[in-house]
Amino acid sequence: MNFGVIVFPGSNGDHDALHALGEVLGQPTRAIWHRETSLDGIDCVVVPGGFAYGDYLRAGAIARFSPIMGAVERFARAGGPVLGICNGFQVLTEAQLLPGSLLRNAELEFRSQWVRVRVERADTPFTSGLTAGEVLHLPIAHGEGSYFAAPEELARIEANGQVIFRYCDPTGEITPATNFNGSLNHIAGVCNERRNVVGLMPHPERATEAILGGDDGRRILESALSVAGVRV
Amino acid sequence: MSESNSATWLAHVYVTLKTVVNDPQGLAIADGLHTMGYGGVEDVRAGKYLQVRLRAASAEEAQRLAEEMSDRLLANTVIENYRCVIEPAS
Repeated sequence: MNFGVIVFPGSNGDHDALHALGEVLGQPTRAIWHRETSLDGIDCVVVPGGFAYGDYLRAGAIARFSPIMGAVERFARAGGPVLGICNGFQVLTEAQLLPGSLLRNAELEFRSQWVRVRVERADTPFTSGLTAGEVLHLPIAHGEGSYFAAPEELARIEANGQVIFRYCDPTGEITPATNFNGSLNHIAGVCNERRNVVGLMPHPERATEAILGGDDGRRILESALSVAGVRV
Repeated sequence: MSESNSATWLAHVYVTLKTVVNDPQGLAIADGLHTMGYGGVEDVRAGKYLQVRLRAASAEEAQRLAEEMSDRLLANTVIENYRCVIEPAS
């Protein structure tokens, strides 16, 4: 499977994603500079973490108008699998490829730590190898990850099953103590209505090898392979 | 986009969080003001203020363009409201 990792000025999770997909998963993987305008030959797009354009104005706001984003939007609207990680999630909400928005963390702190998230749905390209209800151990590193959607939109995405991951405790329970960034309904990741675009604040690409502290993230990335019929 | 008969305008763009959006920054600022002794402070909401100098044929056109820019980039209408005030640029 040919992965494309979008690189904006200020991306810093791009090399982690390139390593995880290219070295750990052993897939042909290409960095795609934001000035490019084509995704020809790409089967799966990853919008990585970082601080694209310095997060100026709003996280993801300026990146969303980068030349490559036209191709990403066409790819997504044609049903191609797109994964937005952390800042990439913010870019995809700004591009309106994903619902809602990500606000400053409730405690105003930048949080860099390992968290647990509960898989809510297995019917997306990035959770097909997972089971609804299971708990993943993943790192987060963000200052603006507090998920927000207007009440009617929140109700709609919940009803549609578009909430894919929620912050939880090690047993999968949703408790106030696990909602460290103030996300509505503990939301850590969502998908679009068509379910081919997924965004999440945790970093699966930083949890693909035991030496890094955990490899649960590898299963998220590997899920994309099974959808495309590719085997590792 | 600029036309020979166009003038330069200054758009003051005020971007504010919608009332349904929690504003931890505003709450922290309010806390600070209370600590300083401003007990009369009831609420603080933090927003953004931008100045956009632009060329347009009329004030109405400048207004339209500033609002379009706000819709598309300057504000995220999922979480923010905006207001544009146009004046001739000096």
